Amino acid sequence: MSSSVLFDEPGPKARRRILILNIIGIIAFVALMGWVLMVLNDFGQLAPAKWLPFTDSSTWQNYLLPGLMNTLKSAAIAVVTSLVFGMIFGMGRLAQNKLINGISSVVVEFFRAVPVLLMMIFFWIFLGRMGVVSPDDAPFVAVVVSLTLYNGSVVAELVRSGVHGLPKGQREAGTAIGLTRGQSLRIIEVPQALVAMMPALLSQFVVILKDSALGQIINYNELLFNAKLVGTANANVFQALVVAAVIFILINFALTSLAQTVQTRVARRRGNAAATEDDEDAAEAAPVGTTATIDADQGPGSGKQ
Amino acid sequence: MDAYLSLWETYGPQMLSTFWTNIQLTFWAAIASVTLGGFLALMRISPIPSLRWFGTAYVNIFRNTPLTIIMTFGVLVLFGVFQVQLASDFNLNFFRIAIIGLTIYHAAFFCEAIRSGVNTVPLGQAEAARAIGLSFLPAARHVILPQALRGAIAPMGNTLIALIKNSTVATAGSVAEISGTMKTMIEFRPDVGILVFLTVAAFFVIVVIPIGLLSTYLSKKLAVAR
Repeated sequence: MSSSVLFDEPGPKARRRILILNIIGIIAFVALMGWVLMVLNDFGQLAPAKWLPFTDSSTWQNYLLPGLMNTLKSAAIAVVTSLVFGMIFGMGRLAQNKLINGISSVVVEFFRAVPVLLMMIFFWIFLGRMGVVSPDDAPFVAVVVSLTLYNGSVVAELVRSGVHGLPKGQREAGTAIGLTRGQSLRIIEVPQALVAMMPALLSQFVVILKDSALGQIINYNELLFNAKLVGTANANVFQALVVAAVIFILINFALTSLAQTVQTRVARRRGNAAATEDDEDAAEAAPVGTTATIDADQGPGSGKQ
Repeated sequence: MDAYLSLWETYGPQMLSTFWTNIQLTFWAAIASVTLGGFLALMRISPIPSLRWFGTAYVNIFRNTPLTIIMTFGVLVLFGVFQVQLASDFNLNFFRIAIIGLTIYHAAFFCEAIRSGVNTVPLGQAEAARAIGLSFLPAARHVILPQALRGAIAPMGNTLIALIKNSTVATAGSVAEISGTMKTMIEFRPDVGILVFLTVAAFFVIVVIPIGLLSTYLSKKLAVAR
């Protein structure tokens, strides 16, 4: 079915109009691209000398690949730690104990509301000054800790909304076979919620990877930081930033596509074809900016009749 | 306590004025990116393939690019290489470039938020509108869009919150905003480092949490019961 509810199957007249507008659109796009290329050429940015450094293996060996490795390293560790953090505080928010519940809520709400960059700057200077970690490691640790606190809080919300999205009978069944509330949460509800969370989780990994680039501001020598070095050394900042951006886009696009595939799988497995479309949007809306705030009514598994 | 109060004496005005910069960045970027995002959303749901393709390409490119790269691009390339001057005043120039950077990035997310709102409207609604004899525009105006906008409140609220927090990234675009002030404060007053962080964090909590509550409240209150 067409992706939009706004228009009907077009008749012959409408089809002709669409064709004409389509051609105008293509011409406008080509004109825009042509203008961009012209400006680039005027400023000498298309000169081969500006691009050739990126065909040189030493540029990749000395700058881009080590930078990419550092990006992936901080992101990969942050993915694991934020999953752990999210599980703990997500279950904390679901706990019946008022104290645990309260503490978890404050922690999660606080770290979701504070910009990641502020945390990075704070931990960077603070950890370095306090001598908790060596000054050389401080940027890396600050990046990982900040990404964990923020994204862990988002994961905690995912856990919560995932469990809330489960049919009520699941908990009742758990209670019926004599499990305590905590046991049924751990053994029955959270594992099921994890399946529903998968697409949103994958989208969150995109956020982690993107936010790791904030590390350049606190001198963590990740991909963007090193690309800037290349750009300064060869006087081709424009080209260096484009290359770095393309690398980020390719990785993130792959992750996003994977998330969508998983989304369709999960929806199909639940035999809930009607909810597929709505859910896809929830997953797409999830990686909004760096805030994937997912409310109970917006998370995966919602929109089920 | 005295140490903390003296911190306020020294840096209080600077904290407030730089945080005000964040609010201003957010305000202008929000208006611009909702507008641009709205156009992109229209493109993505239009029946015209080339516009749909352009909208999709825009969203996929800018949603997957780190905002830091876009900000760095603004300063080092737009200003540094292409010598784009948006104001004769040095600071105002960077302020405006930062707004453009925030707009380009968040327009992709506002586009998706609006589009997801349109997609919450079941197909049957459009069919029903046509069945009672409404043509495209009246159907859109009276039946589809009112429901679509209600469905878009929650994701748009989330995007706005992201925008507020991301205004700190303008520091990569040479804008004097709150994260730069915080850095200076912690460097010069490490004795109250944690309090400095908590104070600046509180600014954001105070602004972000009410917006989150409001958008959740509105999205629930205005939700179309299905």
